Amino acid sequence: MTATVNHDGPTAPGPKRFDKPRTPAGKAGRWADERLGMSGSVRNQLNKVFPDHWSFMMGEIALYSFIILILTGTFLTFFFDASMAEVRYNGSYIPLDGVQMSRAYASTLHITFDVRGGLVMRQIHHWAALLFLASMTVHMFRVFFTGAFRKPRELNWLIGLGLITLGLVEGFAGYSLPDDLLSGTGLRIAEAIMQSIPVIGSWVAFLVFGGKFPGTEIIGRLYIVHVLLVPGILAGLIGAHMALLIKQKHTEFPGPGKTEATVTGERMYPTYGLKAGGFFFIVFAVCAALGGLAQINPVWLFGPYNPAQVSSGSQPDWYIGFLDGSTRLFPSWEIRVWHHTIPPLFWPTLVLPGILFTLAGAYPFIEAKLTKDRAKHNLLNRPRDVPVRTGLGAMAIAFYSVLLLSGGNDLIAKAFSISLNAMTWAGRIGLLVLPPLAYLVAYWTCLGLQRHDREVLEHGIETGIIKRLPNGEFIEVHQPLGPVDDHGHGQLSYGGTPVPKKMNKLGSPHGGRIKGFLWPVREKAEIEAELAALEAAEAERDRQRELTD
Amino acid sequence: MSTTDKPGLSAEELAELSTEEAMIAGAEADDVFIVHRRERYPIPGTHAEKRAERTVAAMFVIAFLAAVGFIIVFCGAVPFQWHLPGQGSQNFRFFTPLLGGLLGLSLAAIGIGTVLWAKWLLPEEEVVQDRHDTGPAEADQILTSATLVQGFHDTGIGRRGLLKGTIGLAGGALGVLPLVYLVGAMIKKPNKGPGQSLFHTLWGKGVAVVDSEGNRVSPGDILPGGLMTVFPGVPGGVAAGDSPTLLIRLRPGQTVKARKGQAGFQWQDFVAFSKICTHAGCPASLYEQQTGRLLCPCHQSQFQVLEDAKPVFGPATRSLPKLPLGVELVDGTQYFVAKGDFPEAIGPAFWERP
Repeated sequence: MTATVNHDGPTAPGPKRFDKPRTPAGKAGRWADERLGMSGSVRNQLNKVFPDHWSFMMGEIALYSFIILILTGTFLTFFFDASMAEVRYNGSYIPLDGVQMSRAYASTLHITFDVRGGLVMRQIHHWAALLFLASMTVHMFRVFFTGAFRKPRELNWLIGLGLITLGLVEGFAGYSLPDDLLSGTGLRIAEAIMQSIPVIGSWVAFLVFGGKFPGTEIIGRLYIVHVLLVPGILAGLIGAHMALLIKQKHTEFPGPGKTEATVTGERMYPTYGLKAGGFFFIVFAVCAALGGLAQINPVWLFGPYNPAQVSSGSQPDWYIGFLDGSTRLFPSWEIRVWHHTIPPLFWPTLVLPGILFTLAGAYPFIEAKLTKDRAKHNLLNRPRDVPVRTGLGAMAIAFYSVLLLSGGNDLIAKAFSISLNAMTWAGRIGLLVLPPLAYLVAYWTCLGLQRHDREVLEHGIETGIIKRLPNGEFIEVHQPLGPVDDHGHGQLSYGGTPVPKKMNKLGSPHGGRIKGFLWPVREKAEIEAELAALEAAEAERDRQRELTD
Repeated sequence: MSTTDKPGLSAEELAELSTEEAMIAGAEADDVFIVHRRERYPIPGTHAEKRAERTVAAMFVIAFLAAVGFIIVFCGAVPFQWHLPGQGSQNFRFFTPLLGGLLGLSLAAIGIGTVLWAKWLLPEEEVVQDRHDTGPAEADQILTSATLVQGFHDTGIGRRGLLKGTIGLAGGALGVLPLVYLVGAMIKKPNKGPGQSLFHTLWGKGVAVVDSEGNRVSPGDILPGGLMTVFPGVPGGVAAGDSPTLLIRLRPGQTVKARKGQAGFQWQDFVAFSKICTHAGCPASLYEQQTGRLLCPCHQSQFQVLEDAKPVFGPATRSLPKLPLGVELVDGTQYFVAKGDFPEAIGPAFWERP
């Protein structure tokens, strides 16, 4: 590539000629560089190019919600007391006055009612946690459907999967800390799941809980897991995820001027950095607004944990919902051999997620093996161009969705007055029937979209203009996208990019990207230049025709 | 295409460059090529440019005002202390929504303002960066492999079998040590020590049946078709995880067919079952007295009390264990007592359970 800078227009007269620093900031920079000698690598990072596509924001949201979680979580640690010692509550919340509860629950009430702004902080933390898991999940879909996990990025796929797994653990641990009725019920189930492991189950449960459930240890242990151990590993993995991203650079969609060897977009400094920084504040704003306006996990309404009580409609946070669903759907198949038991709980809660995560982790390698594709890929696929992968993804989403919905099947049954048992059976059957159906629908949809792309490339865009031929036949006039052969068929081949399918998508090198949110923004000069170019092209065509005629 | 660590320019040439030219030269030194760069508003000071700038500035003003509003609300303009309805100011109900709303508004305004700034006012750019992604040069791979292999060879592990064996032993033992340390410190033998058995609860022969307040329960406390959660009347009985027991009074005409060897467990029309679901340990607490069905709200296991709490739907496999129930006469009043512990382990199943 030749180093050309294409000044399409004048740029603002920048700062004056550059030789040695005069401003305090410049002098400080030189002071630092004389000691660290990093100006080369810093410049390299400042100039790093980021491609722009809305679907690339999902991972950003996950990163930002992690930062929000660290900030809000640190505040909460100043007030939370992770102790299971019994106290009698005497805070501001009168309805629970004098009730026996653990210090963990009492301090959560203290944060909620007696710390200024404590409730909003707790709720921002909870919403950010839901967002963290949700954005990681959607980010994973994005990476999957566009083939961004392919060589050389398989390692980052695995790290991402590790982040989601640890995110689940982290979320569950945090959810359990307040020691309210709902979270205690969750812990009770977690203990039953541990007990269900063949051979070592009761040993594992006694080790984790420090004895028989509930014991006096678990909240303190979960606390250190939640605030130090898992966040530490998460931060390390996020660092590795980012480092690999910087080393390997972003993937991007194919398009004009896009190649496997380059990445196209905006530089980190100043444009992209400013946009990303702004986006961090927008993500934070959404969490803050939700934290203030949308109540979440009102533990004071649930009461302290008590092994004898439970409320109907007990639900975990959404990201555990799929495991709750699998547990509800799994039939009562217990294995009893030689005076030993493998409870049914073991299969849907440990074996199933084990299989799911193993399959997800192995997928990039399975696909490479089956397609014999050993090449490096920096350009993404459009989902329609890889129907089998898209079908498999749709299958996975269908499977997951049935489990997630079944995790709330009692609420659905109640809302729509359906029999609960019918919901369970619908989930059991749906879990087996819907994923293959989703595969077929996605597969055929992909093929249909592919076919339509080819059709438009061959026959052109429907203009909506009906023409009557001398023989009386009516035809619709099609606008070819490029040069045509003797039969009037387009000669352009498919390039893995969106094919314009409407007349007003034509005429722009960016696939018809029209600026402006509510109405198109076009500058007068730009329009005039385009018109002039069009006229010139037309004149040229007329001239050519005259020459050939 | 070449990678250069330093821009290949002499000091004189550098001195000739404008800042923008130097920036471009620096980018090209890193194989970052600015293929298109243009001011958004080529003619400075147009109405459109001023409008864009004013809109961004307006965002920052909103962010400022919302942040000030937040501080004012936070510092006492709105009370935050909780009060019962009708007792004291109810304005605290606005405190949390106002805080979240104002903080959200402030953050959103600064975020949107920043993004608009970047989108509207920064020069438009299209930049192409070389990935340098052709993979490590083959020569590099060979040289690095050779370094590794030769270094490994120098250590002589291949030929010094004694060292190989002993360091393997030492490394293996030391590697296992932290795991042993942690597990050894945390491990607890299941079913050992008082109150630690999965097979036994605090119920036993002659243990009083009490309610959650610790008061003894007598047959007159429950109407036909009613139920009550009861606990063993011993220290720690109400709090223990395996204590909760459902004491159910059948409706007239309802009968429960007893399991083998448990004929005497029922007392008149009263039956008592462990409340802890045999599936995942939640309290199975939703009782339909007409049909005799008991539902666990966690995973919808359903037990038929009239068939001796047999699971009839959902993931549970085992019947709820039944407590042998009796009464004793104290000062002329009949009170329930247990005639023994549950005959089997309560709650979710585990490996050691037959």
